[in-house]
Amino acid sequence: MSQSQRLPDELPVGNSIDRGAPLTFTFDGRQYTGYQGDTLASALLANGVRLLGRSFKYHRPRGLIAAGSEEPNALVQLETGAYTEPNTRATSIELYDGLVAKSQNRWPTLGFDVGAVNSMVARFLPAGFYYKTFMWPASMWMTYEKFIRKAAGLGVSPVDDDPDVYHSTYAHCDVLVIGGGPAGIAAATAAANGSARVLLVDENNQLGGALLGTSDNAASLAYRDKALQALKQNNNVKILSRTTVTGYYDYNYLTAIEKVTDHLGPGNGGDAPRQRFWKIRAKQVVIAAGSIERPLVFADNDRPGVMLANAVATYINRYGVLPGNDVVVFTNNDSAYQVALDAASVGATVTVVDTRKNISAEFKASLQQQSIRLFEGHAISSVRGAKGIESVRIMGLSDDGESLHGQAWEIVCTCVATSGGWTPSCHMFSQSGGKLKYEESIAGFIPDTTRAKKSCPNLSAGSCNGVFTTSECVEQGADAGLKAAAAAGKPATSTDVAAFAVNETAQGAIAPLWLVPTVHPVGEGNSKHFHDFQNDVTAADIQLAAREGFVSVEHLKRYTTTGMATDQGKTSNLNALAIMANIQGVSIPEVGTTTFRPPYTPLTFGAVGGQESRELFIQERKTPMHEWHVASGAVFEDVGDWKRPWYFPQTGEDMHAAVQRETLAVRQSVGMLDASTLGKIDIQGKDAVKLLEMVYTNNWQKLAVGSCRYGLMLNEHGMIFDDGVTTRLGENHYHMTTTTGGAARVMSWLEEWLQTEWPEWEVYCTSVTEQWAVMALNGPNARALLQELTDIDVSNDSFPFMTMREGTVAGVPARIYRISFTGEQSFEINVPARYGKHLIEALAEAGKKHELVPYGTEAMHILRAEKGFIIVGQDTDGTVTPHDMDMDWIVSKTKIEYLGNRSQQRTDTSRDKRPQLIGLLTEDPTVVLPEGAHIVAEVHDQPPMPTIGHVTSSYMSPNAGRSIALALLQDGINRKGDTVSLRLMDGTVLQALVTDTVFVDQEGARVRG
Amino acid sequence: MFIINCPYCGDRDQTEFSCHGEAHIPRPTETAQMSDDAWGNYVFFRTNPKGYHRERWLHTHGCRRWFNALRHTVTDEFVTTYKIEDPRPPLPTESQTSSDGRQS
Repeated sequence: MSQSQRLPDELPVGNSIDRGAPLTFTFDGRQYTGYQGDTLASALLANGVRLLGRSFKYHRPRGLIAAGSEEPNALVQLETGAYTEPNTRATSIELYDGLVAKSQNRWPTLGFDVGAVNSMVARFLPAGFYYKTFMWPASMWMTYEKFIRKAAGLGVSPVDDDPDVYHSTYAHCDVLVIGGGPAGIAAATAAANGSARVLLVDENNQLGGALLGTSDNAASLAYRDKALQALKQNNNVKILSRTTVTGYYDYNYLTAIEKVTDHLGPGNGGDAPRQRFWKIRAKQVVIAAGSIERPLVFADNDRPGVMLANAVATYINRYGVLPGNDVVVFTNNDSAYQVALDAASVGATVTVVDTRKNISAEFKASLQQQSIRLFEGHAISSVRGAKGIESVRIMGLSDDGESLHGQAWEIVCTCVATSGGWTPSCHMFSQSGGKLKYEESIAGFIPDTTRAKKSCPNLSAGSCNGVFTTSECVEQGADAGLKAAAAAGKPATSTDVAAFAVNETAQGAIAPLWLVPTVHPVGEGNSKHFHDFQNDVTAADIQLAAREGFVSVEHLKRYTTTGMATDQGKTSNLNALAIMANIQGVSIPEVGTTTFRPPYTPLTFGAVGGQESRELFIQERKTPMHEWHVASGAVFEDVGDWKRPWYFPQTGEDMHAAVQRETLAVRQSVGMLDASTLGKIDIQGKDAVKLLEMVYTNNWQKLAVGSCRYGLMLNEHGMIFDDGVTTRLGENHYHMTTTTGGAARVMSWLEEWLQTEWPEWEVYCTSVTEQWAVMALNGPNARALLQELTDIDVSNDSFPFMTMREGTVAGVPARIYRISFTGEQSFEINVPARYGKHLIEALAEAGKKHELVPYGTEAMHILRAEKGFIIVGQDTDGTVTPHDMDMDWIVSKTKIEYLGNRSQQRTDTSRDKRPQLIGLLTEDPTVVLPEGAHIVAEVHDQPPMPTIGHVTSSYMSPNAGRSIALALLQDGINRKGDTVSLRLMDGTVLQALVTDTVFVDQEGARVRG
Repeated sequence: MFIINCPYCGDRDQTEFSCHGEAHIPRPTETAQMSDDAWGNYVFFRTNPKGYHRERWLHTHGCRRWFNALRHTVTDEFVTTYKIEDPRPPLPTESQTSSDGRQS
């Protein structure tokens, strides 16, 4: 079977394909041939392949419905391996040589699908079925979900790394025109007549929109080519084809995806990216997005072979493919008559079934000329053929459209071209925040320009605005283009836009028929009336939703899933609303519409991410000593954007062994830690101390020059939000340190208060985090080691704890802060960042005879926990006061005003028995509690159990010789000496003793030694 | 995504800014004398109008300056932006607001 449905070359059809360039492709393992210019859909149709997939819920056999991106059925798995992409629309895939695609949602094969049994048990799979069935018990949901996903999932996500390259880029323009059909081309032409910069975007590979699929091809295309040529010569115009505007956001910010090399096949794009993501800011937008034909909702209208009428015309005229040799055109409006004529003119046997009576003599005459049979006032009552239509039955339709009567006629056919009218594509207007209004004359919603969002200036033109002849579209487009350019401040200098002079047949009135009756009442018998093909929703589902009270349009959508997912109701929305309106006996505008959501069509995450993937996803921050750490075999930890050494394993050591060794060495000899990542803020000005007094809880007035002090910062809720040591460097000069993670937050906090509350204060804050490289020496041998490298007298008398000295270290200028986060003798050596590597190398060399050990953040955590030093953000969580941390000593009793002061007297903040920081020692010293473990008041066999606290920090401490933990415990400060129970996730219950938070060197002698 | 006029830098994309809630709430003085209610009001309570709202904004990824804005919370229209020290601008009159206010 080789392209059995391809029309012969002699016929004047197939303008989009190049018969001289045959292409080979594979679908479900079978090889086929198509032509350059085909879509995967047109090529499959040319080969007589009608069955392309199984439906989402009922696994019904499905074929093509449309020829464009509105296709709800023909979703295929494109390509294999790392290049595979699920849920791609066969109608939007340009054919290339070697293309491989698979149908989806079938197992084991498309022809025989086990899941199709769902169709037979459909009465047990109504709308809301999943909600109703899988609600309880919650613990079973995981089990259900696996089953449901396997049964209902469509395509398969790629598992391997995406080998493609993507770009994202920005564009600014005066006028953005969405859609390159007759209205869009006219709008761009008119807008660009002056100096306005115009961007014209169209989702297809060729511009022209509806002009491409018309029967009078030569004249239409000549008109298009002339207009496009002029646009291409205009330097103010940029045309993006294969580009879909996917989202329309505030202030005319729009996103679009350009499929740059998809049409060449995987790996064939050369240096060009696969796709490009556009972020467009437009002064004015002209929406010329066209319209989408909607299907008539009749019994079993989803059988392969039932297609939208304009799709049939498009396949014939654009691709030279006849979807079926015997065509029944089923319509309620005039637009499908041309389709009947087109099909007949290429040799099809055609029957027209029109739900209306009194068809005009002119139409009747043209049908007669082509020997087309016409049934007026008739409707399709049933369809025969599951995997492809074999025939339809038609019956007379009552005047009110509610019932069928009379003799049933059986018409043999392989294709039904159906038209229920045209739905203007209001997606973009709706996304921009505009509201829609119902237009009776076209039985559809159009943009209500009086209810547009002011911050999104746009105009709609053409069939998305409710006009359907090409000449009207051109007229509206040109008018919108002129207005948009003028509104953008770049008015056109001439108003000439060529009118569309090709003859068009006038369109008569549409007779809305939202639900075609059948011999059974809808929902009874075995036939189904689908309105949403992608989500498998039927008219009966809407009736059910109405019966169960889900009448609000938003509820209807979510309950039945109509109009959801990637389809966004392109073909289904209006039919659903109208059926609901009918059931409720109200008008369609009274039912209202839901808001259309971006994206208009699915887009890849790769494109959204653009270049910012892998190592470019997040900027890595590295300290000046980073290379030394790498060379020393450090394992790194991410702390914010920083790469910090986590531990330095020696040969044969695992993490635990390395960390235990490092932690012991610090207290036995000396260790060094790269502390460069700590936040550092230089504060200067005569009001500097006033700022410190306000942001810290303790007193700063009397701090001497050269001295350091620890400080705690609260927010206005009275909760701890950062801590650190600040040093007075000079009369009006301070050096503040913050936590690594809090550096930016503290800087913003200081600036916020200075700028918004105390702008008259003379104080200036400068972040100097990256200007200083910092090595912290900790341990009993720290002083001896440091003395070898510095000209500063580091003896305890001349350089006491909590002071700062300036001088040189290893020959470079340095500030040394004698402060400690380990409780050991400790010196934090700050040198200008460019000397950081020099400093660590000098320390490592001189440290050899002192058994200097580099240690990482994990050992740092244990060392500080051994001393009960808190880490803000680990032992605190934004609900913790200084009192809760047992840190009353740092809250001034004399100072009246500071941030967060008053909140500490609030009833809740000052109440008894708040969770408070305590130490925990497990009964078994070898057991390390998991951080986050809950302390329970009573132990039960099963949750729930009353929780009275949780573990915040927990380690194996080599210096304490056992496990240690810090925890928040209700009324903890008063409960020291008690034994508490902890219940772990696996059900284990552990006992622990409540203790003080200091586990090593309780008297604090070492730090001052 | 908004375009916001930073009083120091001019029109910039919303991604450069962060919003910090209602403006013109000075920190009380004499806080020790305040009742729990009055202090609680300052710390926790903010208006949340459907309509025009004076807000604090920070040009986070720009000049890092704080400023105020008068924005309509339904239409997202920025009537004006102004420096911290500037007097608060008047609200647009009702006739200007009604057509926007109905759009929600």
